[in-house]
Amino acid sequence: MPTDLAIETTGLRKQFGSKVAVRGLSLQVRRGEIFGFLGPNGAGKSTSIKMLLGLVKPTSGQAQILGCPFRNVEIRRKVGFLPEDFRFYDWLTASELLALHGRLSRLTPAQLSERIPAYLDLVGLTPHRDRRLRGFSKGMMQRIGLAQALIHEPELVFLDEPTSGLDPMGRHLVRDIIRGERNRGATVFLNSHLLSEVEITCDTVVFIKQGEVIATRDLRSSPEGEIHVHVRANNLRQELLAGLSQWAHATQLQDDRLTFSTNSMDSLPEILRYLISSNVDVFEFTPQRLSLEESFFKIMGEDPGQ
Amino acid sequence: MNQLWIIANVTFREAARRKILWTALLAAAAFLSLFATGIHFQVKDVHFARVPPLIRAQVLSSILQIGFYAVDMLAVLMTVLTSVDSISGEIASSTIHAIATKPVHRWQLLLGKWLGFAAMIAVYIALVFGGVVAIGHFIAHAQMRGSLDGASFIYLECLLVLTLTFLFGTIFSTLTNGVIVLGLHGIAFIGGWLEQIGTVTQSERLINLGILSSVIMPSESIWRRASYVMQSSVARTLDLSPFATRSAPSTTMMLYAVVYLFAALSLALYRFQQRDL
Repeated sequence: MPTDLAIETTGLRKQFGSKVAVRGLSLQVRRGEIFGFLGPNGAGKSTSIKMLLGLVKPTSGQAQILGCPFRNVEIRRKVGFLPEDFRFYDWLTASELLALHGRLSRLTPAQLSERIPAYLDLVGLTPHRDRRLRGFSKGMMQRIGLAQALIHEPELVFLDEPTSGLDPMGRHLVRDIIRGERNRGATVFLNSHLLSEVEITCDTVVFIKQGEVIATRDLRSSPEGEIHVHVRANNLRQELLAGLSQWAHATQLQDDRLTFSTNSMDSLPEILRYLISSNVDVFEFTPQRLSLEESFFKIMGEDPGQ
Repeated sequence: MNQLWIIANVTFREAARRKILWTALLAAAAFLSLFATGIHFQVKDVHFARVPPLIRAQVLSSILQIGFYAVDMLAVLMTVLTSVDSISGEIASSTIHAIATKPVHRWQLLLGKWLGFAAMIAVYIALVFGGVVAIGHFIAHAQMRGSLDGASFIYLECLLVLTLTFLFGTIFSTLTNGVIVLGLHGIAFIGGWLEQIGTVTQSERLINLGILSSVIMPSESIWRRASYVMQSSVARTLDLSPFATRSAPSTTMMLYAVVYLFAALSLALYRFQQRDL
């Protein structure tokens, strides 16, 4: 059934013995977007990706990939995956590796002969096409891993730490490739610890903790980042918070101090007007932009790894 | 089905590049050289030339049995050492992730790998077993019997061992897998001896212990069947060594070994289908 969702999961859970790796992942990824999957180490990100790719069996829950049940092997013709720390048989040359993965993804010989040079060129490995992988640096392995994930021109690409091991030029290249994938119409599911990279690349990000989505941010609607506002005022009252919630979230009120977050600068004058019209005497109104990294720490808490 | 052959092909090429295979081939080359030299000296020996032809044929047959036994041992060891990390090692190193996320069924992945190794083992046995047959034919001028059947049984034994390394590779780590499979082969070896000694001493308990060990692990039974079909009828009654056989395992035992292999392969496929990668 056609759907505008590339991924939809409901209560996806994974338990290893008594340890719960993913508590109940429910998320929706729209087709054609670059989706950031953020969380501290041990948050269940890799396990979640492995479940979506059929590597790990969920204990419970449901998932759909491109409108099909995620256990459907045939849907993987339309899915690409760059594992974290990509490795493969090191006696293969770069061209042979792409030929193998292309054949496994059911590319025809004609498609292979056209795409192998094109994708080697895309990842900047054309001069190394006949070199064996055992001579490749970590950055080169990431690049060839990226090429094998994309050579069959998938509709959905999972990239697990794609810039790990890459120098600044390599990161720039990956950024361009990800944008190229979006232009092609593909959906990119990006798991990265480099929040600055995520911030400039992704359309939407979700924050994962203990295998659950604890926050979602639409970076397209608030490209300037989240805005955290401190207010000092008289006559602040609890009942004001309900009205404030149409623009703000994470609202906290204590005596004469109010703090809240909002996703858009445009909402600030409206919020100020709302407070004044509610007979609040405002002495200070201080907006502060939060980078994705600051948001990350704010959402995850002081020690995100705990 | 195409996916199966792609996996089998790349596994064969991967296996063929393993250092352990080349080490096993070098060991086989060293063994064949020594074996050929030994047989050459034996055949040219002045005293040996005066031995009655029937006895001479039996001696040469026994020496060739030693050669076949060495082929069997090398092939089994090579099988275990090359394939022991094929599943567990690739899971541990995450190498398997890039392939298992392609439009490939898990059964195609495991069976393709199995076929790749099976092909590599066939080439190894053909080379080394063929070497012993060539030495027997061209240097010893011995009458060889049942060579093809013998080679087939040795191949069956290696496939059984291969299947067990695949099965335990879907459950345990590489090291544990190797210890279990070689341990089982050791049990079968000791059991085979006990059964042979029991046959000579007519001890039913020893024979039953031997049969029990063959039920647990039929690899040694297959070798003894191989040995039996390749040795002369006189040698069958005279020899008592790990290289020869007095009591040949029955056809039923061979059928049991084949069923055992398919059961282990089915279990490996099921385990691999179920497990997390």
